Amino acid sequence: MKAALVLFPGTNRETDMSDALRRAGAEVVTAWHRDRELPAADLVVLPGGFSHGDYLRCGAMAARAPVMAPIVESAGRGVPVLGVCNGFQILIEAGLLPGALLRNAGLRFVCRTVHLRLERRCRLSGHLDVGDVIRVPVAHGDGNYFADSDLAARLEDEDRVVFRYVPDGRGAGNPNGSTGDIAGIINRAGNVLGMMPHPEDATGPRQQSRDALPFFQGIVESLS
Amino acid sequence: MNAVLPDIAARHGFTADEYAKILDHMGREPNLTELGIFSAMWSEHCSYKSSRRWLKALASNAPWVICGPGENAGVVDIGDGLAAVFKMESHNHPSFIEPFQGAATGVGGIMRDVFTMGARPVALLDVLRFGSPSHPRTRHLVSGVVSGIGSYGNCTGVPTVGGQTTFHASCNGNNLVNAMCVGIAPADRIFYAAASQPGAPVIYVGSKTGRDGIHGASMASTGFDDEAEAKRPTVQVGDPFTEKLLLEACLELMASESIIAIQDMGAAGLTSSAVEMAARGGTGIDLDLDAVPQRETGMTAYEMMLSESQERMLMVIHEHALEHARGIFEKWDLDCAPIGRITTTGRLVVTMNGRIEADIAIGPLAHEAPLYERPWTLPEPRPPVGVPGSPVTVESALITLAGCPDLASRRWIWEQYDHLVMGRTVAPPGGDAAVIELPGDRGLAMTADATPRYCEADPVAGGRQAVAEAWRNLVAVGARPLAVTDCLNFGNPESPAVMGTFVGSVNGIAEASRALAMPVVSGNVSFYNETRGEAVQPAPTIGAIGLIDDLDRMASLAFGGADETIHLIGATSGHLGASLWLREITGEEDGPPPPVDLDAERRTGELVLGLIRDLGLASCHDVSDGGLLVALAEMALASGIGFSVRRPDREVAAHAFWFGEEQGRFVVSSPCAGKAIAAAAHDAGVACTVLGRTGGDVLTVDDGQPISIESVRTVHERWLPDTMAGAGETS
Repeated sequence: MKAALVLFPGTNRETDMSDALRRAGAEVVTAWHRDRELPAADLVVLPGGFSHGDYLRCGAMAARAPVMAPIVESAGRGVPVLGVCNGFQILIEAGLLPGALLRNAGLRFVCRTVHLRLERRCRLSGHLDVGDVIRVPVAHGDGNYFADSDLAARLEDEDRVVFRYVPDGRGAGNPNGSTGDIAGIINRAGNVLGMMPHPEDATGPRQQSRDALPFFQGIVESLS
Repeated sequence: MNAVLPDIAARHGFTADEYAKILDHMGREPNLTELGIFSAMWSEHCSYKSSRRWLKALASNAPWVICGPGENAGVVDIGDGLAAVFKMESHNHPSFIEPFQGAATGVGGIMRDVFTMGARPVALLDVLRFGSPSHPRTRHLVSGVVSGIGSYGNCTGVPTVGGQTTFHASCNGNNLVNAMCVGIAPADRIFYAAASQPGAPVIYVGSKTGRDGIHGASMASTGFDDEAEAKRPTVQVGDPFTEKLLLEACLELMASESIIAIQDMGAAGLTSSAVEMAARGGTGIDLDLDAVPQRETGMTAYEMMLSESQERMLMVIHEHALEHARGIFEKWDLDCAPIGRITTTGRLVVTMNGRIEADIAIGPLAHEAPLYERPWTLPEPRPPVGVPGSPVTVESALITLAGCPDLASRRWIWEQYDHLVMGRTVAPPGGDAAVIELPGDRGLAMTADATPRYCEADPVAGGRQAVAEAWRNLVAVGARPLAVTDCLNFGNPESPAVMGTFVGSVNGIAEASRALAMPVVSGNVSFYNETRGEAVQPAPTIGAIGLIDDLDRMASLAFGGADETIHLIGATSGHLGASLWLREITGEEDGPPPPVDLDAERRTGELVLGLIRDLGLASCHDVSDGGLLVALAEMALASGIGFSVRRPDREVAAHAFWFGEEQGRFVVSSPCAGKAIAAAAHDAGVACTVLGRTGGDVLTVDDGQPISIESVRTVHERWLPDTMAGAGETS
C-alpha cells in the first residue's frame, strides 16, 4: 500500500506522518506543491504545518497550489484523502470539505493531549470502533471548526462527524470551542477525512500515547 | 568619503579613548558608514569588551567536544556518528520594548546559529524572567513573549520542550528572554564560519534587507531610560515561515560539497557576518551593496551594513556550486545573490554605486576591540538567618508555595508551544529535563536553569549552583551530563557591584563545570539589563545537554504506583537562607544561599545515575526551589499518587527540614529496591534516608493533617491562568 504525502512550503509534520504511516506498514512517497501530477498512490495525505506561514488565512494559499488540481480530481474518483490539522484547513479552503476553521475560542495556540471518540466507522476510521476513545494530541491556533446551524444539522443528519472531543475525566474536553465538539468530518462520498488532532503523534513506542496506531493500521490494511 | 566629527562618534556610544583608537587604526577619520561598522563590532554585544577577560576561565575542552566557543554554536559528540549542536542566547532588550517580535526573533536567531552549522534543530528551550506579577506591565510582557516564542517555534516545526520562568521585582524594568536551541548533525559534517578561500564568491540568501533593527547590537549595549519606548523601531520583525524555508534550503545545500563557510546575519547583520567570516579565515572580503536584495529603496550603505533584518545568511561557496545553490534557493522561493568575494587583502571593502563606502582592516574590527578591566567588588557575605520561627503550619506553607509565582504550574505557557512536533518528544515539559528520542533507543536530555536570588546573595555560590542544578536535572532523568551553554544576564558592567556579580558567577560556573566535567561549549553575555540604575538580579542561565544510553531506563518524577518506598538521597540540615520559603512565607529576601559542595554533587549524581541504570527506579526528582516537600508534592501531582512521609530527625525544625534548600539532593522511589538503594548509597558515602511510602490520594507529613492532592493541584494549576486572566484586578 502506497501513501502520497503532499508537501507545501511550511509543512512541518511530514516526518511525524511518514513515521506513523510506515509503522502501520505503508510505503510513503511525496508530492511537492508545484507538481501537476500525483504519484500513483492508494491514499493521499496532507500533513500538518504552517503552509505559506498561515499568512492570509490558514490553508488559503496552499489550496490554490498546482498540486491541488490532481488531488481534487483523485478525490472525485474516490481515492481516499486524509488531511490533518493544516491539511484539514487546506481541504476546507479547497472546497473538498464544508465549514470553516476559526481561531481557537481561547485565542491561544494549544498543544495538549485530548480525548477523541469515534462517532462512525468509515473508509478512513481504521480498526477503531464506534465509541472508542483515543488519546491524541492537538497542536493548533486555528482549529475551531465552525458550521452554521444548517450545515451542523446536515453533518449530523448525514452522519459525517467522524471524531468528536470528549471530556478527559479531569474537566478538559473540547480544546478550541468547535461547533458540536467536532474534531473531524468526512465528505458525503465518504473518502475525504479532515481532522484537527494529530493521530500521527500517537503511534510510536516512545510517544505519550499509541492509541492511534490501530487507526493507521486499519487504513493501511484496508487499502492493501 | 565624508569624515565625521567626534560628537557623532559619541552618539555612536564611543568614548574619547575608543574614538582615538579608531583614528589610529584607520590612519584617518572614518566616514559615517565606517563609524557605524566600528560601533556595531565594538559594541559590548559583539565584542564582549567587558567580559572577555573573565570568560577565559571557563573550561571548554573534553574528549567529546568537537567545537567549543567562538563559532556559531558549540558541538558535542553524542556517539553513533551524531553530534549535538547547541547554544543559548539572550534577546532581553528587544523583548522588553516589543515582547512578541523581540522574543520571536530571539528564537529565530538561535535556530539559525544551530542550522548554520549543519544541524537540524530538534528542540527549543526558553528561560524567561519577568517583573513582579502585580507590576502593571508584567502580564502584557508575559503574554507577548510567550506568544512570540510560540509563533516562531510552532511555525518552524521545532518543538519547544522546556525552560524556566521566574518573577521578581528586579525585572520590572527589564525582562530576560534567553532562548536555547539544540540541533543534531552528522558528526563529520559540521559547517564552520571561516572564509578561507580567496577568490570564492560570497552569496547572500534568505529575506531581503530592510531598515529594521538598525543598531540592535548597540541598543543591547546600553541600559534603558524613560525613552525605552522610542527604541521600538530598532526591534526586528520575525518571519518564521521564511526561516523554515531557509532552514530547509540550507540543509539541502549542505548535503552537497558546496559551502566553504556560512554564518547567519544576526546582531549587526551584514557587518558582523562578513567581518567574522573573513577574520576567522584570515582573509579579506569585498562586498557590493548594489547586489544585496533590498526590500526598500534608497537605503544608504550605513543602513544596509547595520540592518538586522531577519532570516538572512551569508555563505562563501565554491564557484562551481553557484548554479546548484541558485536552483535550491529558487525551489524554496528565497533570494540568492552573489554580493562579493573573499580576498587576500585582510580588509573589508564595501562599494555601492561604484563608490567605496567603507575600507577597514579586518584585524582591528574583529580582534582589537577595546578590552576593559572593569573594577569589581563582590557583595558582602550575608550573615546566616538560622531557623526563623514559622508563622504557619507545614501544610499551609506547602499550599502557599505550590501556588506561588515561582513554583506554580507553567502549563499555561507550555501548552502554547508545540512541544510534540517532529514526534520525538519522549519527556515533555514539566519534568526535570526534557528528552528527545535519538536513533537506537537513545535519548538526548536537556535543561536550562539558574537561581538569580542565590546569585544576588553570593555570586560564586550562585554560579556553582546553576551548573549543579543543570547537572542534577539531567541526572534525574537518567542522562549522563555532557556539556553546557551559558547565557549571562547582568546589569551595567561599569558598576563595580554589578561587575562583581558577573565575575563571581563566571568563576562559580568555571569551578563547577570543571568539577562536574561539563565543559562550556558556547554562550552569550548580556549586560546593561537595567533601568534608571536598577539592575536585574544576576542571572547566569545554564543550558545543558546529556545522553540517555537506553530509553527503557529513563526516569521521570511521577511516582510509579502505590506502596513504593520513598528515599531522600543527600543530606538535609535545614538551610532556609535565600530560600523560597523565607521569601514567600516571611516576606524576607535574606541570608546566604545553600552551599554547593561540588565533590558531593558529583558523588551523589553518579550514585543516582547508577541507581537508575541498575535498579530502574520507579521515580526520581531533584530537590531544588522550595525544598523537599515541594519536590515530593510535584511527584504526587505528576502521578496522582499521594504519600505519607515523616522526617527522621526531630532535631531539625519541621519547616526547615521540609522547605530548606540544601543542594545535592534527590528523591527516589522504588517498589522493592529499598535495601539495594541504601547499600549503594552507603558504598558511595552519600546520605540516604527513608522518608515514607507512596499511596492514596492525600499527602501526609509527620502524621499531621492530610492534604488532598486535588487541593494542591488546584492552587498549583490556577495561579498562572488566573493571573493572566486578570483575576487579581477583579477580585
